[in-house]
Amino acid sequence: MMNLGLNISELKRIEEISEQNIMLCYQCGRCSGSCPSASAMDLLPNQAIRYLQMGNVRRVIDSKTIWICASCFMCTVRCPRGIDLARVFEAVRLLKLRENIDHVHLNKIKEDERKILPPIALISAQRKLSA
Amino acid sequence: MSEKILYYPGCTLKSDAKEFDETSKKLFKYLGYDIKELDRWNCCGTVYSLASDNVMFHVASFRNLIRAKEEGADKILCMCSMCYNTLKRVDLLVKRDKEKMDKINDLMYEEETKYDGGVEVIHGLHLLKEFGFDKLGQMVKKKIGKKVAPYYGCMLLRPEEVALDDPENPHILSDLIKAIGGEPVEFPFMNECCGSYQVVNEKEFVIERAHKILKSAIDRGAEILITSCPLCHYNLKNFQDFIKENYPDFTGIEVKYFTELICEALSI
Repeated sequence: MMNLGLNISELKRIEEISEQNIMLCYQCGRCSGSCPSASAMDLLPNQAIRYLQMGNVRRVIDSKTIWICASCFMCTVRCPRGIDLARVFEAVRLLKLRENIDHVHLNKIKEDERKILPPIALISAQRKLSA
Repeated sequence: MSEKILYYPGCTLKSDAKEFDETSKKLFKYLGYDIKELDRWNCCGTVYSLASDNVMFHVASFRNLIRAKEEGADKILCMCSMCYNTLKRVDLLVKRDKEKMDKINDLMYEEETKYDGGVEVIHGLHLLKEFGFDKLGQMVKKKIGKKVAPYYGCMLLRPEEVALDDPENPHILSDLIKAIGGEPVEFPFMNECCGSYQVVNEKEFVIERAHKILKSAIDRGAEILITSCPLCHYNLKNFQDFIKENYPDFTGIEVKYFTELICEALSI
């Protein structure tokens, strides 16, 4: 049988960490229409939520979307179902980061580039994107 | 009996955003506030952790709340949008969730003081509004006389629990610009994300974001853009050279902290 990557226990974990009920989403797409980063995403926010509803967590964990989301909370304040999508994506990122897998590590950024960045950028990136 | 307010500058105001630190202190002193810096403050953590099952990420902010309590403060004053958002959300979380407050206090058992929720986190714009924009306007010596784009970004407005104005239609910066004799130029991207910390790893993405935001303001005639976030300031100011490489027609725009513009108007 084809492996659809369905993983209900990971989905439960995401709902626990984020304290959000993903099943509330009725796919209106307002999140994707509001997201300022949507053009750089491989899955639109509502598509990512749909994959999660279907239990295909792997597709979302391996997406670029969760790493491009910078938690600006535009979708969060606009979701008519009250889902805090920023929390959902943070939980998906954490599934990976908690396995000690970095998305970004400051040591891998060129020194001359790192030196000119303000502390506010370095600290927030480190906290959001590294294990 | 006036309330005790302590100033929390945060890391970037002491390094890359010194002009924001200096003009903030100068401004509030001139307006008659006696605001001292919080003793032994540390980094707020810059971003509020959205995980429900790990309080470790809240410790940095929480420690600042303990420091404020130790000094008997009623309020902590932030100027940086990200510090404001992070400190405020941690404070609201522990005020709402007593169990988490106890847990973090327990984790920090080496601290002599326990935080009990007695401090309020405010932003410089709260204080200015309380002071009164009309009163501020009467003190203006040199009207700005330019078209100024108010840029809010995310952290002053979202999520709703920390919003210092309407998250969809904010006008506090426009009111301020009018008060100091400038002409506010509102634009559709004024409350959209600048790309934030993606500047560390996704430079092209931030160039696109910054271009979209700045071009929208410039097309509406803005001559200056003001902000209260050092990360927005960095992305929107320092990335203009990169934008020009990608978009040769891009003309550029001055980017300033809102306190710089007020100090200019007050001639201080």
